Amino acid sequence: MSLRIVVCVKYVPDATGDRHFAEDLTVDRDDVDGLLSELDEYAVEQALQIKEAADDDAEITVLTVGPEDAKDALRKALSMGADKAVHVEDDDLHGTDVMGTSLVLAKAVEETGYDLVIAGMASTDGTMGVLPAILAERLGVPQVTLLSEVSVADGVVKGRRDGDTASEQLEASLPAVVSVTDQSGEARYPSFKGIMAAKKKPVQSLDLDDLDIDAETVGLEGAWTKVDSAAERPARTAGTIVKDEGEGGKQLAEFLAGQKFI
Amino acid sequence: MAEVLVYVDHVDGAVRKPTLELLTLARRIGEPVAVALGSGAEATAATLAEHGAVKVLTADAPEFTDYLVVPKVDALQAAYDAVSPAAVLVPSSAEGKEIAARLAVRIESGIITDAIDLEAGDEGPVATQSVFAAAFTTKSRISKGTPVITVKPNSAPVEAAPAAGAVEALTVSFSAQATGTKVTARTPRESTGRPELTEAAIVVSGGRGVNGAENFAIIEALADSLGAAVGASRAAVDAGWYPHSNQVGQTGKSVSPQLYIASGISGAIQHRAGMQTSKTIVAINKDAEAPIFDLVDYGVVGDLFEVVPQLTDEVKSRKG
Ligand SMILES: Cc1cc2nc3c(=O)[nH]c(=O)nc-3n(C[C@H](O)[C@H](O)[C@H](O)COP(=O)(O)OP(=O)(O)OC[C@H]3O[C@@H](n4cnc5c(N)ncnc54)[C@H](O)[C@@H]3O)c2cc1C
Ligand SMILES: Nc1ncnc2c1ncn2[C@@H]1O[C@H](COP(=O)(O)O)[C@@H](O)[C@H]1O
Repeated sequence: MSLRIVVCVKYVPDATGDRHFAEDLTVDRDDVDGLLSELDEYAVEQALQIKEAADDDAEITVLTVGPEDAKDALRKALSMGADKAVHVEDDDLHGTDVMGTSLVLAKAVEETGYDLVIAGMASTDGTMGVLPAILAERLGVPQVTLLSEVSVADGVVKGRRDGDTASEQLEASLPAVVSVTDQSGEARYPSFKGIMAAKKKPVQSLDLDDLDIDAETVGLEGAWTKVDSAAERPARTAGTIVKDEGEGGKQLAEFLAGQKFI
Repeated sequence: MAEVLVYVDHVDGAVRKPTLELLTLARRIGEPVAVALGSGAEATAATLAEHGAVKVLTADAPEFTDYLVVPKVDALQAAYDAVSPAAVLVPSSAEGKEIAARLAVRIESGIITDAIDLEAGDEGPVATQSVFAAAFTTKSRISKGTPVITVKPNSAPVEAAPAAGAVEALTVSFSAQATGTKVTARTPRESTGRPELTEAAIVVSGGRGVNGAENFAIIEALADSLGAAVGASRAAVDAGWYPHSNQVGQTGKSVSPQLYIASGISGAIQHRAGMQTSKTIVAINKDAEAPIFDLVDYGVVGDLFEVVPQLTDEVKSRKG
């Protein structure tokens, strides 16, 4: 029996670019360069390592819900070594919140067929870090999230979760939803061969009809949260900058004393 | 008055500060009813009552420690069903966010994560969030169901507001999913005796410029002179100089102290994401062009190995 891995990857605006909101207060995805969320590269990497370590065959499908340009994220994941891709794309998805996105991903994952879903720890634009838990809830399978180490053998996934107060070893039977952190190990760069091969790998497009999802349950109108305003944070007022001429530490202490920190 | 559920983060009955901040926010929208789970749950009641909890619902069962997240969701849902609250507030820890999110799906409500402020509004609570690495501030609300909101540490003052805090046992029946993910071992994090990073009033962080695990003693000495927590950039963590649990930034902790001191940190966007909302920011960096200087209230262009020890000595002598 082959192991079916689905990796959820998000196409996000470049964090080092000028990220902003569109007029309808959704994240502007047209005006800003996008890319595969760096934190989802770790998910692709762990999928590849699990496949390489598997006794039997494993097949990796990368899945994204996003606009047309989100294909770039899929291509990148395919060039890293994933086998095929699924792109859920529909104009009615514009403005979908995490509840809607998770609904679409759950349907798409079921449609694709899976033993293991792997996600990143958080998207670099929304930074909620809750989608994997919601996906597990929707799919009714174990959540094994925020892992800094992960392995799969004999239908069981194991991993280490470094929490606030303790580091935990976790274990669950497949099927399951996993998310991995950026402590799980650097993601590989696509090789030239990988990039060429990716061009021939299948990318399946699905829309809401294909997934039997009512357009009213997603999109900006279907969202269960509403952003009323978004204001650019005022620039911090320029501070005092001194060059250390031997008294820098003392000058700093003077400043801190003036602010009543000492 | 409407009741507001507050999920309690505690360690064996010792309530962590962010929960007390949640009580302050909860009182702006209704009467706080606290939910405390696990060992020591009942021992939380006195502190919670002092800070405004009218009731404290408690439950303890081995499931809470033996399995991941879901048993706690089951318990919070039981509390939700018992109270029918106007909102549910949960501390924004990694686990808190997951618990809140799963509850929201179950009760078919929207969720807002990582709020930094909360006010009552005509159409339900209005949450302030800081997004895109703190470049924007948004105000949002929940348009479907009972608002489920997670709130970051240091988002509100802790206020005394004595209330009854009557303890009531919560009956929880665990769902089929509760035992899905087993915790097979747990290694508690060793305490350093320093304040908790996310809760500290002052954070002193070191980056690649610290240049070695042994040199972090300089950063720790400054932190100790100020009673501060110690943070690190990802570059310092990746180099193995400091534990990941102390990383500040997008994939580490997000901090919002009164004072943040960055030494040998360039100020990359992912680092800024975790500290940009600090009240006062100070940096020591030998490169005058380092982007961290765009954020500072006070910056010293210089070698941290000279400046930091001098600062530490000065702090110590001023404090006597
Ligand atoms: C998806 C993603 C997530 C990330 N998450 C995080 C995160 O959570 N936290 C985080 O911090 N980073 C994160 N990063 C990494 C981030 O992009 C930077 O690489 C990192 O913050 C750099 O750390 P640094 O400032 O210590 O090192 P550098 O950028 O190398 O800066 C070191 C600074 O030290 C100064 N210096 C050197 N020697 C001295 C001296 N003797 N005295 C004074 N100054 C000196 C230098 O001038 C320089 O400015 C993330 C990156 C990605 C892609
Ligand atoms: N639109 C999307 N398409 C595919 N995967 C997603 C999408 N949004 C979020 N994810 C996955 O969910 C993880 C956590 O996202 P979030 O909860 O939004 O921070 C990401 O790292 C992705 O793996």
